[in-house]
Amino acid sequence: MSLNRKDLLGLEHLDKKDLQAILDLVKPFKSLFTRSVKKTPTLIGKTVVMLFYEPSTRTRTSFEIAAKRLSADVVNIAINTSSVVKGESLIDTGKTLEAMKADFVIIRHSLAGAPDILARNLNASIINAGDGFHEHPTQGLLDLYTMYEKKKKFEGLKVLLVGDILHSRVAKSNIWALTKMGAEVAVVGPPTLIPSNIEGLGVKVYYDLDEAVKKVDVVNILRIQLERQQENLFPSVHEYVELYQLTKERLAMAKPGVLIMHPGPMNRGIEISSDVADSRNAVINEQVTNGIAVRMAVLYLLKPNKQVKKNENAD
Amino acid sequence: MRMQIKNIRIIDPLQKKDSIGDIFIENGKIVSKFSSNTSNEACKIIDGKGKIAVPGLIDVHSHLRDPGQEEKETIYTGTRSAAKGGITTVFCMPNTRPVIDNAPTVEFILLKTQKEGLVNVFPIGCATKGSQGVELSEIGILKKAGIVAVSDDGLPIANSQIMRRTLEYTKMFQLPVISHSEDKELSKNGVMNEGKNSMVLGLRGIPKQAEEVMVSRDIMLAELTGGYLHIAHVSTAGSVDLVRQAKKKGIKVTAETCPHYFTLTDDIVKLYDTNTKMNPPLREKKDIDAIKQGLVDGTIDCIATDHAPHAQEEKNREFDLAPFGIIGFETILSLVLNELVDKGVLSLSEAISKMTSNPAKIFNLSRRGTLKEGSIADITIINPEHSYEFKKENIVSKSKNSPFIGRRFKGGAEMTIVAGNIVWKV
Repeated sequence: MSLNRKDLLGLEHLDKKDLQAILDLVKPFKSLFTRSVKKTPTLIGKTVVMLFYEPSTRTRTSFEIAAKRLSADVVNIAINTSSVVKGESLIDTGKTLEAMKADFVIIRHSLAGAPDILARNLNASIINAGDGFHEHPTQGLLDLYTMYEKKKKFEGLKVLLVGDILHSRVAKSNIWALTKMGAEVAVVGPPTLIPSNIEGLGVKVYYDLDEAVKKVDVVNILRIQLERQQENLFPSVHEYVELYQLTKERLAMAKPGVLIMHPGPMNRGIEISSDVADSRNAVINEQVTNGIAVRMAVLYLLKPNKQVKKNENAD
Repeated sequence: MRMQIKNIRIIDPLQKKDSIGDIFIENGKIVSKFSSNTSNEACKIIDGKGKIAVPGLIDVHSHLRDPGQEEKETIYTGTRSAAKGGITTVFCMPNTRPVIDNAPTVEFILLKTQKEGLVNVFPIGCATKGSQGVELSEIGILKKAGIVAVSDDGLPIANSQIMRRTLEYTKMFQLPVISHSEDKELSKNGVMNEGKNSMVLGLRGIPKQAEEVMVSRDIMLAELTGGYLHIAHVSTAGSVDLVRQAKKKGIKVTAETCPHYFTLTDDIVKLYDTNTKMNPPLREKKDIDAIKQGLVDGTIDCIATDHAPHAQEEKNREFDLAPFGIIGFETILSLVLNELVDKGVLSLSEAISKMTSNPAKIFNLSRRGTLKEGSIADITIINPEHSYEFKKENIVSKSKNSPFIGRRFKGGAEMTIVAGNIVWKV
């Protein structure tokens, strides 16, 4: 079984069948975690390079553990001590890794499309670990799996994404995956943080969290970046907390079994109150565990180019 | 030196002429017949059967990058690229290094063109010193040195008072003020059209209103001052409407668009291909339709390239970091023929007028843009049957940043004649 693709750049281009294939593989990998030896020899002899241009703890660690549990050799590139600070371009850095025979390059970048550019220029499999405001496909997949694990279905499942949709790659990947699987997705936040065309993706828009929270089975809360306030996208953190923090009171308005999710890292006391983050409804730590199994499934399913592709006309 | 082009279809929009005949060229000028006292001089005969002769194309918007950014383009390579595209006159924007806000830089460009250029190059001067938008440049001195218009192009004058003064002061020279209409605050950090595609790609958008707000302001200031306003590269339906209304009111405003704005939509940005990144950005189908309508009803007077060469290493990188701009000299004629004439939007004569008689009139170029007797013999000969693929390896410009690489065309320039000399021949 494979996804029949070299790279995972986003969930936009996967279909329901692909998503289901990934979901089906997560459980067997996850069952490995409770054994005394948490490793399979699947990627023995393969080299996985982690190219993170942006700070990350959980995604980088999660990918590293996933690759190691598949017996791959993992190399971490610390951008601030690499030739990137000497001005090396993304493509040249990629080519260098290719010359070192990397089989997978896992890239996190602050600019949308950076993984696409690497994918076009390299034979290695490229996995997008988050690019700008574009996508974060493995986060989308682990959110998808966590909902599936808890709610057992997607058809008719109502999912609410809260907060800064405009700048959120997690929101984008969630929307693609969930709508393809048949779930109903709604977003809530101030109009300044919701792209005006989002309804074109089949998403319902709310501005009032009290109203939106009542109707859903899952609430996925996005991290709010405090520097957005300086761009005048909301007047103050104080007001954001007032309007959009998921509090105990708001949780009480929701359906009793509602799942509370957060991709992390959380700003406790800003987009989510501490008691909600620690409540029985929250599955935030399970998301982290599932993340490793999901990334193992992705590494397992991608197929690097065997033949050397001519570097035709890279722009 | 004499030349006779025989049995060619001659299209001269200014004279409303479209008929088969001969063109006579003597001493770099078009004549109705050769004078008797040169009858013993050699005469070059060109068979024009099946070909079309039009006045040499005038491109009112380009970046030649010379002086200062010779890694992208030079007058040598840029004028060859233009000649290949059938263009006999290019206007070059002043964002060179140094910028064209002083007479010596104008003279440098004109001298270098004499030395190594293949086509006419007419510089556009900065409207303000250093294109800083603070103080007017010495427009009178620049005019004497040879500029044909003023513009701060990509650094549009943000201060409305300065724009007002520019439009007012240039009146005495009848110099058009070219407005690259963009509210830089509204477009801040944007890299493509704002819409569904930018949302999906996670790229920051540039709303159409970033252009329209400034088109509207500049039209109002043109009305206030009576100055000559020329709107550069119209990319939105809203801008077309604004210019149309202004013309109806009798305000002195003219406008240009570029082939990519009536050919491509932002759907093509999909793969983060930086050859689809330009400013203003590619818009949507309804904008293409409105621009075509604007070309039909005369709202849009000119078609220009906004030829903006960039080196390979600058373009082959993250979409956000790549510079704006595409090359255009070598595709303008084929795109006009295929997208406008073949699709029945404009007649051939109307289409040619947007690149010849209209720009000549707006920018006061005497004896150009027409094949009338006594005109300078700048002539473009079109082969309407020439089918070809636009290939990267055939690009003459120093830069290769075109979204049209790989596209098939029918019809293009066969021969380019500047002041009676054949400067390019397929």
